[in-house]
Formats: sequence, C-alpha cells, structure tokens
Amino acid sequence: MDLSSITPALLLASLMVAATPILLAGIGELVVERAGVLNLGVEGMMITGAIFGFAATIETGSPLVGFAAAAAGGALLSLLFALLTQIALANQVASGLALTLFGLGLSSLLGQDYVGLKPTPTPSFNIPLLSDIPFLGHVLFSHDLMVYFGLGLVAAVWALLKYSRAGLILRAVGENHDAAHALGYKVVRIRILAIMFGGACAGLGGSYISLIRVPQWTEGMTSGAGWIALALVVFASWKPGRVLLGAWLFGGVTVLQLNLQAAGLAIPVEYLSMSPYLITILVLVIMSADKSRAPASLGRIFHASG
Amino acid sequence: MFRLEKRPQPSRVFAYLTPVLAVIATMFAGGLLFAALGKNPVEAIRTIFWDPLFGEFAFYYRPQLLVKGGPLILIAIGLSLGFRAGIWNIGAEGQYIVGAICGAAVALAFYPLDAWYIFPLMILAGALGGMLWAMIPALLKVKFGTNEILVSLMLVYVAENLLASMALGLLKNPEGHGFPGSRNLKEYPSAYNEPILVLDRIPEPDTCSGISGLFECARSGSYNVVADFSSGMHWGVLTAFIAVIFAYVLLNRHMLGFSIRLTGEAPRAARFSGVSPTRIILFCLGISGMMAGLAGMFEVSGPSGQVSIDFNVGYGFTAIIVAFLGRLHPIGILLAGLLMALTYIGGEIAQGNLGLPSAAIQLFQGMLLFFLLAVDMLTNYRIRLVKREAA
Amino acid sequence: MKLTHILASAAMALGLATAAVAQDKTKVGFIYVGPVGDGGWTYEHDQARKAVVEHFGDKVETVYQESVPEGADAERAITQMALQGADLIFTTSFGYMDATINVAKKFPDVKFEHATGYKTAENVSIYSARFYEGRAIQGHIAGKMTDSNIVGYIASFPIPEVIRGINSAYIHARKANPDVEFKIIWAYTWFDPAKEADAAKVLIEQGADVILQHTDSTAPLAAAQNAGDVIGFGQASDMAEYKPSPRVSSIIDNWAPYYIDRVQAVMDGTWETKDTWDGIGPGMVGIGEITEAVPEDVKAEALALKEAIANGEYHPFTGPLNKQDGTPWLAEGEVADDGTLLGMDFYVEGLTGEIPQ
Repeated sequence: MDLSSITPALLLASLMVAATPILLAGIGELVVERAGVLNLGVEGMMITGAIFGFAATIETGSPLVGFAAAAAGGALLSLLFALLTQIALANQVASGLALTLFGLGLSSLLGQDYVGLKPTPTPSFNIPLLSDIPFLGHVLFSHDLMVYFGLGLVAAVWALLKYSRAGLILRAVGENHDAAHALGYKVVRIRILAIMFGGACAGLGGSYISLIRVPQWTEGMTSGAGWIALALVVFASWKPGRVLLGAWLFGGVTVLQLNLQAAGLAIPVEYLSMSPYLITILVLVIMSADKSRAPASLGRIFHASG
Repeated sequence: MFRLEKRPQPSRVFAYLTPVLAVIATMFAGGLLFAALGKNPVEAIRTIFWDPLFGEFAFYYRPQLLVKGGPLILIAIGLSLGFRAGIWNIGAEGQYIVGAICGAAVALAFYPLDAWYIFPLMILAGALGGMLWAMIPALLKVKFGTNEILVSLMLVYVAENLLASMALGLLKNPEGHGFPGSRNLKEYPSAYNEPILVLDRIPEPDTCSGISGLFECARSGSYNVVADFSSGMHWGVLTAFIAVIFAYVLLNRHMLGFSIRLTGEAPRAARFSGVSPTRIILFCLGISGMMAGLAGMFEVSGPSGQVSIDFNVGYGFTAIIVAFLGRLHPIGILLAGLLMALTYIGGEIAQGNLGLPSAAIQLFQGMLLFFLLAVDMLTNYRIRLVKREAA
Repeated sequence: MKLTHILASAAMALGLATAAVAQDKTKVGFIYVGPVGDGGWTYEHDQARKAVVEHFGDKVETVYQESVPEGADAERAITQMALQGADLIFTTSFGYMDATINVAKKFPDVKFEHATGYKTAENVSIYSARFYEGRAIQGHIAGKMTDSNIVGYIASFPIPEVIRGINSAYIHARKANPDVEFKIIWAYTWFDPAKEADAAKVLIEQGADVILQHTDSTAPLAAAQNAGDVIGFGQASDMAEYKPSPRVSSIIDNWAPYYIDRVQAVMDGTWETKDTWDGIGPGMVGIGEITEAVPEDVKAEALALKEAIANGEYHPFTGPLNKQDGTPWLAEGEVADDGTLLGMDFYVEGLTGEIPQ
C-alpha cells in the first residue's frame, strides 16, 4: 500500500470531472421538482442526449453543435413526458419509468451507426493566469468548458430561484398548484417549461459522458447516472448549492474508491459503492428535523377544474 | 379548442375501452417503426402479439407467459395497495433482491440436507427479507416523515451492491471454479421451486425427445412428450394468483381495504374517521415488500436458479408500470402483467425470427406504455369542444 | 388428457414444419449477453457470426438475440431458437451455462456450444480462448515501454479468467523489466465506459504510463490519449481507431475460425462434444498489429514471443514460479496444468495487494 501515490490536486480535479454529468442532470431535475413534477426519466433523457450530442458532433465536427443538439434532444424527449403528465394527466411515476425505457431503446436504435467512432475532441480550457496557481489552479481552473458551464448553471439556478420573480412563481407552482392557479399563473405552461429545462440539462449531462468523459458512443453508456442524479436532488434537499456538494460527494466516492484501490488498499468495493445512497437516506432523516422539505405538490396531478 | 372536464364518476365504458384503444394505437405506431426499419410491419406485429399465444410453438410460450408474468403480477399487486393509499414504494426492485438473497441463503445454509421443511423456511425468509427491507422506508416515514419514494429508491442501489457482494463472496458456489454466483438451486431438490401441475409424468420412450422425436411420437400416439415443457406454473405463479384474489377481497370486502382506499382518496376524512395513518403506512409498505420479497425468492429458487451479480432484471420497476396499466385494480393488474409478459416474449420471438434489434422492441414497449398512460385520461376526464372565448 | 391432445397436435404441426425446413439450410443461433454494438465482447461474437454467413453463404441461416439476461430469460431464448429449428446454438457468456445444459437435455438433436463454461454434455461442447497467451505479449511490451515502471491494470471481476491475465502479464513484464510494478483496479464491471475512463485516469495520475485493461470499452484508451505519453492495448476487439498510439497492440477475440469449423462439422454430421481451449496457435486469440510507437527491437521480441507461444515451444506459465506468499508453485521448467489455470485464485510472487473476496 502506498497512499503517497495519490495526488490530492489530481484527485480533486478528477472529482470535478466525474461530478459534472450528474451535476448537470441533477440541477435540471431540481428545477423540475421545484415546479412540483417528479420525472423519473432522467436516465432516458441522459442517454438520448448522449447519442444526439455524439451524432451531431460526428456529423458537423463541432462539439459545440453537439452539446446544443444534446440539449435539444433531451428537451424533445422530455416534451413527451410533459405531454403525458401535463396534458393527458397521466401518473408521473409510471410516465417517468416509461420514458427511461423509451429513451434507452431510442438511443440504441439511433446509435447503431456510431459505434466505434471517435468524436472531435473538445478543447480543454485552461483559464489563463488562474490555472497557474499551484494546487488550486489545477483543481479549479484547468478543465473543459462544460465543467465551468455546470458550475455557472448551478449559480444561475440558485440566483433565479432565490431572487427572481420567475423563481418565485416556479416555487409557488411547486408548493401549491391550486393557489398558484388561483393567482392566475399558468401552472401547466410553467411546468412544461420546467420539464423541458430538466430534459435539456439531462441531455447535456449525457453528452458530457459521450463527448468528453469517455469519449465514444456505446449502448447504455450512461449506466445508471440518471438514477444517481435523482438521488442527488433528494440529497440536496432541493437546494442548488447542495446539489453541487452532493455531486462532488457522489463523484468523489467513485474517484476516491478507485484511487485507494490503485494505491493497493484492499477495500470492500461494493460496500463503498453503496455508501452514497446510505448517506442520502441519512440526510433525508436529518433533514426531516430541518424546515427544508420536498415541494408540497411534488408528483401530484394538477387539473384546473375551475 | 379542447377542454378537459373531470367526470363525476370514472367512465366504465372507457375503463374497458381505453386499453384496447392503446394497444391498437401502439400496433399502428409500432408498425410504422418496424416498416422504417425495413421489416414487414404486419408480420412483426403478428409475431409479437399472436405467435406467443396461438402460433406454432404456443404450447411452449403460453406457460412462459406465466413464468414472466408471475413475478410482475405478484409485485404489482403489493405495490397497488400502497399506491391506492398514496404510499409510493418504488423500491420493489430492492425488496425483490433482498427476498431472493434471504431465500437462497436459507437454502444454501441447509445444503445438502434433504428435508421437506427447507422450502417453507425459504418462503418465510424471502417474505421476511422483503418485508424488513420495505420496513426501512416505512419506519423512517412514520418516525421522521421522510419521503418513502426516495428512501425506497435509494435502497434499491444498496440492495444491488449487496447482491454483487453476495454473489462474489458469501454465497459464492464453492465448487464453481471461482466464478461469481451461488450454487444452482435447481440442482438441490429440497430447495427447488419446481413446476407444479406438470402436464404428464409418464416415462417417455427415448424416441420421443427432441424435435424430430416430437414428430415421431405425435404420430405414434404417445403424446406425453410435451411434458418435457412444463406448465409454467410454479409456486410463485400460484402465489401471484392468490395475491390477486387476496387483494380483490381486501379492497372490496374488508374494513382495512376500505381504510386504504379512503386514505388515498380523502386523507383528511380518513383521519377523522379514525383510520391510523401509521398503521396504513406500515401495512402497505410491509405487504408490498413482502410480496416483492416472495417474488424474488420464487425466482431465485425456480426459473433463475441462482444468486448472480445480474440476478435482478428490473421486475421491480416494470411492476410499477404494470400496477398503473392495471389501473391499480387486482384483475386489471393480472391482465396487465400478462400483457407485459406477452410483449417481452413476443419481442424476443421477433428478435429471433425477424432480426428486429432489441432496441426496437424496447422502443415499442415504451410506446405501448405511453399510449396506455395517455388514454387513461379518457376514463376520468371528458374532452369537450369549447368555443374560444373572446379575448 | 384433453389438454395433452391439444398440445400434441401443436407438436405435430411443429414436427411437420421443422421437417420441411431442416433439409436445405443449416440454422445457427447465437445468444449474446450484451448489445451487438458494445464494441467489445458481443461485437466480436457477432463479427464471427457474420464471418459464418460470409463463408457458407446460402447454405446457412443465422439468427441471434442480443442483451439476453442470464437466468430464466436465457433459458427461454435458447429454447426458442431450438424450437425454431436451429441445428447449432452458440451461447456466448459464462452465465448461460446451466440454461444451456437444461435446454440441451430437451433437444438431444440440437448441438450446443457454450463459451467459457465448464459443463459439457453429449450435445454440449465448451470453448474458450487462452487470452493469457496474449497477455504475456502485452506484459512484455508493457515492461519494455514503461518509463515510470508503473503499469496500471483495469480488471473486471475477481474470477480465474481475469486473475490469470494479470499473472501472465505481470510475469512477462517482470522478465522484461525487473523494476516494474503493477497497480490494479477492480472495476466490478465488464463494461461501463464512464467508470473505466475514471479508473484509467486514476491509474495515470498515480504514475502509470502503460494501461492494460480487462474491460471491454475503449474509454481507457481515450483517457490514455488525453493524458499523452501513455500507451494501452485494444481489448476484445482491435480498437484500431486509437492507432498508432495510445493503442500499440491488441488482443482480439477471433471466434470466426472456430465457429466456421463447428458449423461445418454440423453440416458434415461429424460434430461431437469437445472441450476447446485455444490460443494464439489456432488463431482464436489474435494479436493486433504492433504499431510503430513500439521500438523495432521490442516489437521483434514480442513477435518472437508470439511465435514461440503459437507453435507450442513456450508456455506463459513456465516455472520457476512462486505464489504471492512465496510458496513454490512451479519448479524450474515445469508448466502449469490446465486445471490449476482454470481455477486460478492466487497472484504470483511480486504482485502486491490482494485479490478482493
């Protein structure tokens, strides 16, 4: 065993990368849930984003177009969910699960011609000067653009929810849709927009895996990241800042686990892998004493019967 | 412009009509998909929906519908009770895994003892294991008010890791050349959940086995060769049927069932009429966990045979969809479970015969679910054509 | 009794139908554990299926089913193929072992071929590849090429097949470079690109400049490419898109010769139960082109090693070899027997860390 071979700066830097896909998907799902909608189809939207992004990058040679396509693909798929749950008033749990099934099938069908190809590499983006700072420079300032985009998105969502009028309305819709409706807000429209935002974010998260983290296309390549993103939102008790913390925790456990193994430490891998989920449950219990709870209308069907 | 108007009573006509509508719509949309993939759409649809039931080899596929549908129905029945009361256990997959681990652990602890009481003990262990796993979200909800959707979902991942650890460690077959996975319980008679109601057990002449033999025997009049293919009925399927009846009686004839429905439909009224929410939560999560655990135990001791890393194939999640497709009604769930099994088995046949990629089948199933969920609206709501109001 | 009558008439129909098709074409079925687009294990089996079609043309008809879960679903999928009149069925994952044996009992006239298992029957053959032979060559190149003397190894599950690969690679890396050290990560997956990428990055961060992998995606190669100055090898398929570096060579699962051979045997009526464990010699294990990123002399040595293994002059597990704890395993010149290799659950001397349990 040789723990000295683990470099903290590198460990933290790869933690940032490992956290990005679930961070993106998680922050999107957070907005959806704050609007009172539970979309369990994150995995399906992520994998759809992964293939849309990958295919677009291959076809155009531009990762930027790829990411845009991924967001569009995720949003498009989530629109299906929105139609089902908001217009046809179907149950959200079942619709979300169906969406995952649909997304997994769709992506592997679309991806048949893209197996074994290499996408145009996304340039990494070292922030000048800052990336030269010892330790911090490597941890924080020498990543690809999407890492910064993810961080920025968290900040933006946080500010929007907390300070803007739009955020206030969104939260009102999520807490009590009947009251929000009575106040004249278009509950359904707001929720559809929130769902599509969530889909776009999940799509981006998926394409981060297929374009940067791996990068290649293979069927089922998100392998459960969407479900982790769901856990993340709960872990974060629906607060954007904590999504970031959670993403680092979930990403961190994976990276740390691999690091310890490489350093020759015999660790029970399965038990370490289950720890983030146990911690999430613990957080839920602790939170119950706290005032922060799930949005009151979460998962409930809204129908304006007035 | 269209407007939705809530019906005072859910429409009975539409309750029966909508599933049919959805299936027809799916056939149409699926046909387009298959045509786009260059396959004959009529043939593809026929392969999926007709062949397993009435095709050439239906004698094999029909029993398989029970094998595939049994666990789905059993789990979905348990879940539906909770869903009726507004208690969302979506972690049945985890309870299914833990039930299987517990059941198999009991069997492996007794191995190679031959005794009649082993199988009953396994059933007990499976039921208890699933129930205890579901009790975690139940107790946390009762004690701390945590959300059971999320806790039960988290526990699925914990269970999956536990399963991997068991398959690679504690329950690993000591004679398995180091490969992961437990002993095969099919080879341990005291623990084997063997098919019941085997059609015919008369010893068969040698010529009767195998495909060519089948033909010979059919001609010579010794029909019992078909016994080789079991009826598909194993104890788990039987338990699923019993669960359907149990749920039906409970919901329609029993005070507890009434309390469950009341809690779901009007929680405040339920509380005023003295229904204890704690009791309902514990009962609903407990029983759904128990049924999922049983399903896992029957699967591991029968069709699957062993604890392996990938033992769980998503029955726990699919059962949620089945519960909703069945409109949370016991009979509906029975039919929905069989329909779901039909698309699985028909889909497999279509893969083998027509070369449809499995992704297309997945997509097709997704469509079916979408349509079924979408048309459900017609049962509870009426679509009204209204003139656009003057601005 | 009525029910049996109905069923029997179904059986009659079946008999007639199969009798009609059985004559002209040999029908070959394949059961895959992953999607054909996985780019690794299943992909190579499907390539071999295509090679069978190409070789026999009209005389053969192939069917396959992908992503078949192990357990009850596998048994049904195999039965279904047998019912549809397949004459020969390849089940291509270890987890299909019991299902294959069960179905084989019901269809004595159908031939079955199960990959990587250990149970045979009158109509069930087993086949596997001696991938450790390829690992020896990788180990040699890795030992020669590393500057940091640290070789990273991404392992999947702690099973004999994987442990054998680690040992073989290590023994030959050590021979080429006595200072070499292996860092091993158990990914607990055969295929999870994101996790494999992370594992590769971690190994690189901890100083490894050669990555060996026993998982199936190209993610570790992509990670090596990003890091620069790190080399790796293709696994299962050639992974030629990463030539000439980081992919400097590869182990290719080449099932085609075996599949063609077995289909031919069924056609000729000469098929019989076999336990095949083939290596580089018969071509089941292919060594992908060694690229120009490898110095000429190292390449020549590697090719010589390959040749020696292929013609049977050299066995990768030849003594003297000790187990990790220092107890003697093979004496000078002694060659490991297949039984020990098949159940290998120990590291050889020099490897650090322990095999997870």
